[in-house]
Amino acid sequence: MNLEKKTSQPDFQLERPMAPKSSQIKEFWLVFSNNRLAIGGMIIFILFFCSALLGLFLTSGPDPIFDPAQIRLQEKLRPPLAKANLDTLRPEEVPRMGIYFFGTDDLGRDVFARMLQGAWVSLTVGFVAVGIAILIGIFMGGIAGYFGQHYLGAVSIDTLIMRIVDIMLCFPSFFLILTVVALLPASIYNIMIVIGLTSWMGTTRFVRAEFLSLREQDFVVAARALGVNNFRIIFRHMMPNAIAPVLVSATIGIATAILTEAGLSFLGFGVPPPHATWGNILSDGKRFIFDAPWLTFIPGIAILIVVLSFNLFGEGLRDSLNPKLRQRR
Amino acid sequence: MSFTNLKMKSIHTHNPVILKVEGLKKYFPLRRGFFQRLAGKVRAVDGVSFEIEQGKTLGLVGESGCGKSTVARLILKLLESDEGKIFYQGQDIQTFSEKKMKPLRKKMQIIFQDPFGSLNPRMTIGQTIEEGLRILGIQNRQQRKARLQKLLEMVGMSAHSADRYPHEFSGGQRQRIGIARALSVEPDLIICDEPISALDVSIQAQIINLLNDLQDKLGLSYLFISHDLNVVGYLSHKVAVMYQGQIMEYAPADRIFENPQHPYTLALLAAIPNIRINQKKDKENKLKVLGGEPPDPLNPSPGCKFQTRCPFAESHCRKNEICLKEISKEHFIRCSRAL
Ligand SMILES: Nc1ncnc2c1ncn2[C@@H]1O[C@H](COP(=O)(O)OP(=O)(O)OP(=O)(O)O)[C@@H](O)[C@H]1O
Ligand SMILES: [Mg+2]
Repeated sequence: MNLEKKTSQPDFQLERPMAPKSSQIKEFWLVFSNNRLAIGGMIIFILFFCSALLGLFLTSGPDPIFDPAQIRLQEKLRPPLAKANLDTLRPEEVPRMGIYFFGTDDLGRDVFARMLQGAWVSLTVGFVAVGIAILIGIFMGGIAGYFGQHYLGAVSIDTLIMRIVDIMLCFPSFFLILTVVALLPASIYNIMIVIGLTSWMGTTRFVRAEFLSLREQDFVVAARALGVNNFRIIFRHMMPNAIAPVLVSATIGIATAILTEAGLSFLGFGVPPPHATWGNILSDGKRFIFDAPWLTFIPGIAILIVVLSFNLFGEGLRDSLNPKLRQRR
Repeated sequence: MSFTNLKMKSIHTHNPVILKVEGLKKYFPLRRGFFQRLAGKVRAVDGVSFEIEQGKTLGLVGESGCGKSTVARLILKLLESDEGKIFYQGQDIQTFSEKKMKPLRKKMQIIFQDPFGSLNPRMTIGQTIEEGLRILGIQNRQQRKARLQKLLEMVGMSAHSADRYPHEFSGGQRQRIGIARALSVEPDLIICDEPISALDVSIQAQIINLLNDLQDKLGLSYLFISHDLNVVGYLSHKVAVMYQGQIMEYAPADRIFENPQHPYTLALLAAIPNIRINQKKDKENKLKVLGGEPPDPLNPSPGCKFQTRCPFAESHCRKNEICLKEISKEHFIRCSRAL
């Protein structure tokens, strides 16, 4: 072959795209920004993210601005926005701001400080658990979808993996988690890992289905014909085209994980007591639901808003990442 | 486009054979029902043999589902064949492992029918083509960029296209990009799997001309697959007509058009509008619309595969397996009328 021979075509005869250059991100944003609920969800998502990060700094360290562990028995069950009663408090017990934004609980602890601490727990549980689930899901789904037709003894890899998924799905996952948590020492890390290990099945199914259809697409066949190696085909050609639905399910998965953690903490199987989480604030507060309703309503509404906003954000993402849904509007 | 301006290429000079296929077979298992019971086999490719000479084009024609794409995938070893041999420049690549196949992958490339599915939507045109250049072994970034520009120019695309994504191009432009990707590894043989079927007529002509030019310039060999005998006439030196996984007629292009022998080829030619066939009027009328049903792939009746639709079918066509016979020099047909 002789590529060096200069083509004599003048440049104006060469074909170029008619449309002005537009990135896919721009197109995505055009659709996404039209979806008000999704935008709202995203804003709350960002606010939650920031306040959880901020909360980590404000509630930890040797002398935190908001101390979630400070017990003031003389100040118990104060309503939201109550001023601290400086006469009865020892100097080290006085809250920095002099005000209980969300009131205090039955031990006189600042609920605002505890909510801030709990936000970080919810955030990390959500992200780490879903991160684990997604990694396992992509790995298992990728193998089932790409190498599935190979045989391991009598069964194909695809059959093997998908039957494991079916078996995992047979157990009601919340009770599976309860059982495992009851056996393991209670700690925030165990909770994350256990939630992650019991929620990868959906992602596996997604990724497998995407890979099965992508495998047969011409651009993947072309890459194989070029001699591109499997690793690059999977990560350069297939994964970027399969990742959108995974991201969507991840966003919704975070909401589910937050809910699961709250449920576990509510039942007393979650993060162990001195540490505040939204679930155990709710759980502690339920005994005083008539005397101090804010103890139940504040964490309850916080969970509701965060979970709802994650779901709306995820659905908005799905609509704007899917070109077929795009055309409908 | 009509047959009269068929570009007759130098059909009668001979070059060394670059690809030779012998008795290629691929049966797909057909599973049915709730338990995925094995219901039978689809004989997608059922004993196909042909050869392609260096710098020449073999047209492979046949109706949808006759196994053309399967042949393409078998040759590229994207699919394992059940039987048969594939020789690339004399080497039997059928037995090659994936590792041994790697250097040969560069030598045989493919262009697809669907211009929308054949480019990765998440990679720019530049990235797509550079992938091939990297496989070719050009490590230097500057060199790659220069080569990329040259390739784009060669297929008639502006160099500015390199940082655009596939969705910004029209079908014909994408097809050009697909050709550039195939050319990036400097192949000797390109398998064109219906590369113009999805394009409108004016763009079809452009792509055919481009493929013709590239062949002249680079000395490429083509296996040109199409369901349209007319289109194949523009490019091919030889034509193989395929039906139900078997080659029915195999001859130099001019002879297929001037002196077609197999009833199926006659039917295909009759289906091209405004074309005179050197056959008797009654024959032509009889063939104009191909009647009958294609055979059930699961329970093929013995004898000729074309018997159910052939206007000339006789009792012995339903009994004996018919072989490919050479009726005149380089002109093969699978029909008992030639006996
Ligand atoms: N992976 C597969 N599994 C089972 N059957 C298959 C598979 N691939 C192809 N077939 C069958 O093999 C036959 C030939 O298919 P092929 O795609 O080669 O046809 P084709 O001639 O390229 O048709 P078209 O002109 O529509 O592209 C068809 O009957 C098809 O259903
Ligand atoms: Mg095909």
